[in-house]
Amino acid sequence: MGLRGPSRGEESQTATMPRRFVSPSRVRAVLLVLGVLVLATSCGWSLWDSPMTTVRPRSDFGRWIDDIFMLISWTTLVIFVAVEGGLLYCCWRFRDRPGAPTPRQIHGHTPLEISWTVAFAVVLLILGIPTIRIIFKTQEAPAATDLRVDVAGHQWWWEFKYPGLNVTTANEVHLPVGQTVAFHLQAPDVIHSFWIPALGGKRDVVPHRVNRLIMTPEAPGEYYGQCAEYCGTSHANMRFRAIVHPKGEFEQWVKAQQAPPVESTDALAQQGKEIFGKSACVGCHTIAGVSAGVIGPNLTHFASRRTFAGSLMQTTPENLIKWIENPDHMKPGALMPNLGMTGDKSKALAAYLLSLK
Amino acid sequence: MADHTATHAVHDPNLGTTGLDHRKMGMWIFLGSDCMFFGSLIGTYLSYKGKSLSGPGPHDVFNIPLTSYSAALLLASSLFMVLALTRLNENRIRAAAFWLFATAAFGLHFVLNQVYEFATFALDEGLTLSTSLFGSSFFVLTGFHGAHVTGGVLWLSILMVLALRGKLDRRDYTKVEIAGLYWHFVDIVWIAIFTIVYLIP
Amino acid sequence: MPGTQAAKTQGVLWSWLTTVDHKRIGILYGSSAFIFFLIGGIEAIIMRLQLARPDNTLVSAQTFNELFTMHGTTMIFLAVMPFSASFFNYMLPLLIGARDVAFPRLNALSYWIFLSGALFINAGWLFGVAPDGGWFGYANLSSTQFSPTHSIDFWMLGLQILGISSMLAGFNFIVTIINMRAPGMTLMRMPLFVWMSFVTQFLLVLAFPAITVALILLMFDRFFGTLFYAPSAGGDPLLWQHLFWIFGHPEVYILILPAMGIVSEVLPTFARKPLFGAPFVIFSGIMIGFFGFGVWSHHMFSVGMGPVADSAFSIATMLIAVPTGVKILNWIGTLWGGSIRFRSPLLFSLGFIAMFTMGGLSGIMHASPPVDLQQTDTYFVVAHFHYVLFGGSIFGLFSGIYYWWPKINGRLLDERLGKWHFWLMLIGFNMTFFPQHFLGLIGMPRRIYTYAPDLGWHFWNMVSTIGSLIIALSFVVFIVNVVKTMRSGTPAGPDPWDGRTLEWSIPSPPPVYNFAIEPTVHDRDEFWLQKNGDGHGGKPASRPRAATPQDIAAIHIPPPSHWPLVLALAVAVMVSGLLVSTYQIIVGGLLTLFCMYRFAMEHHRPAAGHGH
Repeated sequence: MGLRGPSRGEESQTATMPRRFVSPSRVRAVLLVLGVLVLATSCGWSLWDSPMTTVRPRSDFGRWIDDIFMLISWTTLVIFVAVEGGLLYCCWRFRDRPGAPTPRQIHGHTPLEISWTVAFAVVLLILGIPTIRIIFKTQEAPAATDLRVDVAGHQWWWEFKYPGLNVTTANEVHLPVGQTVAFHLQAPDVIHSFWIPALGGKRDVVPHRVNRLIMTPEAPGEYYGQCAEYCGTSHANMRFRAIVHPKGEFEQWVKAQQAPPVESTDALAQQGKEIFGKSACVGCHTIAGVSAGVIGPNLTHFASRRTFAGSLMQTTPENLIKWIENPDHMKPGALMPNLGMTGDKSKALAAYLLSLK
Repeated sequence: MADHTATHAVHDPNLGTTGLDHRKMGMWIFLGSDCMFFGSLIGTYLSYKGKSLSGPGPHDVFNIPLTSYSAALLLASSLFMVLALTRLNENRIRAAAFWLFATAAFGLHFVLNQVYEFATFALDEGLTLSTSLFGSSFFVLTGFHGAHVTGGVLWLSILMVLALRGKLDRRDYTKVEIAGLYWHFVDIVWIAIFTIVYLIP
Repeated sequence: MPGTQAAKTQGVLWSWLTTVDHKRIGILYGSSAFIFFLIGGIEAIIMRLQLARPDNTLVSAQTFNELFTMHGTTMIFLAVMPFSASFFNYMLPLLIGARDVAFPRLNALSYWIFLSGALFINAGWLFGVAPDGGWFGYANLSSTQFSPTHSIDFWMLGLQILGISSMLAGFNFIVTIINMRAPGMTLMRMPLFVWMSFVTQFLLVLAFPAITVALILLMFDRFFGTLFYAPSAGGDPLLWQHLFWIFGHPEVYILILPAMGIVSEVLPTFARKPLFGAPFVIFSGIMIGFFGFGVWSHHMFSVGMGPVADSAFSIATMLIAVPTGVKILNWIGTLWGGSIRFRSPLLFSLGFIAMFTMGGLSGIMHASPPVDLQQTDTYFVVAHFHYVLFGGSIFGLFSGIYYWWPKINGRLLDERLGKWHFWLMLIGFNMTFFPQHFLGLIGMPRRIYTYAPDLGWHFWNMVSTIGSLIIALSFVVFIVNVVKTMRSGTPAGPDPWDGRTLEWSIPSPPPVYNFAIEPTVHDRDEFWLQKNGDGHGGKPASRPRAATPQDIAAIHIPPPSHWPLVLALAVAVMVSGLLVSTYQIIVGGLLTLFCMYRFAMEHHRPAAGHGH
């Protein structure tokens, strides 16, 4: 039986093993690899400016979250360096050397173990204090002056209603900079999650329940949002935009949305309107004065939106025609049926929809 | 010393180093697990209490006298179970078989009462699994309990038949004891369900 | 010799199908786990290939959704858990000085039920309705209204079957550990792997009932029209989430504790000193098991539970990080002052410590609900759980595989190939999952089959995909190692690592009865004590005397039985009847009852000479 050193089974292995596992050349190689990784990470730094980034907050909610995130990040970085450093140090310092005696059989050190346990608990509880403060701060009841937006998550598009303003739209939610908005979130079908990363954290949209998300956007811009709870086949395609207007411009947008639909004089658009009125489209979509369906998005001011179909595509004639002709092809599982609109019909419908500014 | 323990273990593979029988210990752990099972079902029932949108409510349909009688049946059957075990320990096999029969019979009566109850709810009161949250949670909770009772009745019946055929005696005490543990558990769960579902307004 | 007469009269295959020997059952679990691990890995590679480029069309949305559902379900239930089970089965009796588990036939039954559940879930692929509701199957997407095909049914029923298997195994191992330890092995003298497994078994038997109920409610909704998860009738989809996560959080401890137990065995052996603060590590394991039932809603911070619930679960989660985290310091303390031999088993344990630390740190971030609202359901949390489940559990399990392989197979694995496996896996793993932290921070949600090119996600996705291919390569190296050494590897002998615990005191592979003479235990590191004394100047403990043929003849080996296999088949027939016909349910049910009866009666009034 082996007491110290390799036992019988090991001896025949030593010929194939390098002499020392932790050697200067190995240490250099590891440092080189680490260096490359650090370099690669810093290259990735420019990617922080993604339209869906969470680390460039543009609202109060986002900033408060980011502050705690930075606090926890630095804390964990310190712990990381200490622990991983300690591990690597042990591996280097206490590596087996030929002829080394059996180490002292230490069973533990109770005061040390208690100390590090308590220290760790204290650090975590300290992180808990700003956490709880922000939890309560971000879940207060909405104020009367907040802009109320009712959000409905459907498979696979977002509906936005402004109850105080009599506006209903889809895929793009418009907000005024500097005013607190209280999103009231509902789900007519399954669970979704409402998330605009640049403006803060997400909140689930749960059937038979109204959740709230309150935030104040602090910088104008177009921000990307996406559903963040798996909700079926086209979950990946359930995107939206949040457009935050500078002072004064939001009211202009509201006025345009409250206006009746544009009556286009274009022949093709008028043809499209006629086709629309006679097709199954009217069963799902609302165009004020034309149809009253509530299953699909409200199309009254469709062309005022830069994207459509769950913000999956830019609002262009080509995209719109492709969508009308075969929704399922553009968006797998789409609940909008293929009504067999092709050629001139789809062109006319597209022209009509694009006239609804 | 080690040798002595080794040969002792060979004689009785079911006896462990704590002096407890493996099977008895295993049954206790199973019952702990089953507690979590019924706990989750009761939790579901409680979270949906008062939340049904339509359909008859609990106190529109419950027949408290009948279910009290059923509860008494189960309680009595637990007593019979204890008697069966005592008789078995005294090697009075026919008496043990009788008390096993009594336990199983009262258990069967309980199940039949429950079948009657379910039938009246469904046919006379318009309460089924799909009527409302109350219907769903009530039938699933009490139904799974009833299934546990049914399983117990089958088990006890088999033990009774074995006893009558001379294939069960004092040596099988632990086997009957664990059936008894199961039976008492099923009884206790009924006390909980009866109180929470039927009695509390 | 006992047991061999029965084996000789049956074919080799039949002997495996009817085995009740815990060692063979362990090998069955381990081989099955590895095959399903490869399947889950292929599912992952396909997903990574799809996500390598934006707007990619390698697989359809539906296929991708099936892939992530099956990858998660497979890795958790069909790979990591059975890998752990293979070690519970093979090693626990050896570590406690026992000859088998408390209920050998029940043990075999657990395996065959596991296999039927595993095949059942995967059967969906064959019928074109692979599960596609996510591994967590949230209601009410899982209802018949929104998931009309049988995809959810394969998942739901398969998981129920697997749950039975796990719970039966839990009852078995709890009784085994309490009731079958060698003389002198008090609870505090149990090896750490035994302790961590012990806590795991309690988690299994107490957590699985919650998911059993969740699945029963779903089954009743889908098959019998109940309204548990039906919002239109007032049902709350969050009921599913609560029940699921009351199971789900203890489940993650089920997944990690055995690996922690392995690491706690490997480090002392290769550092040549005892585990630093073993009582503390044991106590931490117990705390984790206990408090693991109190943190489940940290998976639900975004559902709107309200600030009080959010805060309570946040504090509980921060606190549970304490026992989880200080173990790392105990492991480093084990290395400190040691004489570390960098063999393959140790490398994987070191990888475990390094990677699990990182996963634990991202976990601390998730424990803060405001921060979690940005991170949950993004690739940040995907990175977190892969660091703890792959970097943790898989590295730990492979440490165990390399450590105990010589004991199980009698031959050493090739050390050079082992090191190649380790380094490729470590590099590939970090390359795959570290960038996913970035992807989460720049807004990439989970469970999406594709993404737009203007989001800046393509670079790290491509890096991650390349990393996943390196992981795959590392497993090719492992397979080559296994094939190469299976027949012609260096014989290991009983104690190739200069081990500390009882399993190294018997031959490799062990005889069917494990210990010829039941050992007497004086210390957690009993075998080390026998070899070296207590390290404080005391004499070595006395070794057991040599075994005589009479000793071996007196050992009772449980005979093989076909009832576990047949009963498992009956259960499968009954459950699958839900997808076929009521008639099949009834026939399967009666068959199940019949098999249960025969199983129970098999050793009632055995032949003379076998005692009870």
